[in-house]
Amino acid sequence: MELLYFGDKGWGDELFFATLMTIAVSITAMIIGFIFAALFTPLKLSNNKFFNSIGNAYTTVIRGVPELLVIYLFFFGGSGAIMFVASIFGYNDYIEINAFLTGSFSIGIISGAYSTEVFRGALQSIDKGQFEAAKVLGFNKYIYFFKIILPQMLRLAIPNLSNVWQITLKDTSLISVTGLVEIMRQSYIAAGSTRDPLFFYSFAAVLYLMLTFLSMQLLNRLETKYSKGY
Amino acid sequence: MISSFPKLLNATLITLKLLSVSLILGLFIGLGFAILRMNNNKLINKFAYGYSYIFRGTPLLVQIFIIYFGLGQIEYLRTTFLWVVLKEPYWCAIIAFSLNTGAYTSEILRSAFQTIKPGYLEAGRSLGIPSKIIFTKIQIPIAIKQSLPAYGNEIILMLKGTSLASTVTLMDLTGVAKYIISTTFKPVEVFIVAGGIYLFMTFIIHNVIKYLEKKYGFHT
Repeated sequence: MELLYFGDKGWGDELFFATLMTIAVSITAMIIGFIFAALFTPLKLSNNKFFNSIGNAYTTVIRGVPELLVIYLFFFGGSGAIMFVASIFGYNDYIEINAFLTGSFSIGIISGAYSTEVFRGALQSIDKGQFEAAKVLGFNKYIYFFKIILPQMLRLAIPNLSNVWQITLKDTSLISVTGLVEIMRQSYIAAGSTRDPLFFYSFAAVLYLMLTFLSMQLLNRLETKYSKGY
Repeated sequence: MISSFPKLLNATLITLKLLSVSLILGLFIGLGFAILRMNNNKLINKFAYGYSYIFRGTPLLVQIFIIYFGLGQIEYLRTTFLWVVLKEPYWCAIIAFSLNTGAYTSEILRSAFQTIKPGYLEAGRSLGIPSKIIFTKIQIPIAIKQSLPAYGNEIILMLKGTSLASTVTLMDLTGVAKYIISTTFKPVEVFIVAGGIYLFMTFIIHNVIKYLEKKYGFHT
């Protein structure tokens, strides 16, 4: 247990901050994922063949390619792409993007593909009459979407979104390969310097279990809140 | 871009080997734990539930690292015959993948077993068929049919999971892709080729499962 002391003697505080980092990356990735989902869900549901195929390509490619490969693409290609864009504007110095941003962006794109599928499914299972009634009653676009469609969609989407959250949380362990100090990376460092990998990786497993357990409790509460009245 | 293709194809063989071996082992593990989950003994039941909870609640990467880096630390293990297996990254990856997919498979099979209509079992019993034969000839075939769609997803998830073998020095498709990227600094090109190979494999798995569903599925 000495290994877990806070301060200079143990790894307790390092692992604590690493856990916070994992949570921060997961939440950022989830939010980036929602932004992608908000962009691609309408495309997937569109009747236009061209838009439709763009939406399908996004979800198929991202869900069919290993997460690690996507992370490598952004890790090795990200700064190159930004430098290329910057060079168009006449900025030619070397730009390095921060590991947090690369990590949460690549995990966000992955989680966005799953969220897109969830939102698409939820929107499609709302009764058609709801859309028609809202239109017939002449609500403006804001009320139509935010007050009528969105609440119904959330009720259907939240159980599946909690699955997406679990996947995202576990995927963040992969960005340890880019050097961002989250639970996995910190355990790797601690295991290397104490030569006690069994303890630290098992402890990392316990931390992940705790995170998944606690977030499930929270999400279950949210689920009951949104399914009120049904 | 074209020159890297043969290397990546070679690595694909390792990915496929990892995938097939761990799927077969995982199927047996999953079936075993699914049977334990349906046991009436609370302790056995809890044990099987705990197994699937732990393996589904932690990242696959942690599981591989515990098995590859962690288990080697136990002095006692080094003296047993297990060490022959555990010192090879290939077998460590296979153990981690099979245990992981076994946990998911056990959940898929359990829910398939539980949704079998009781009428089928009652019919079997009233015809005087021994319970062993009811299990192997009635329950298992129906469970396989019902779990096909979910199991197809699990195969695709596992295909993506095998990419983690590259973290324990195995040169699978992702490992070789990363090596080529870091030596040539052409991430986009390599991503397109390696990603294309992965997509091609997912496409084939998806269609094979679809075909099997059509062939063996219930027409309801």
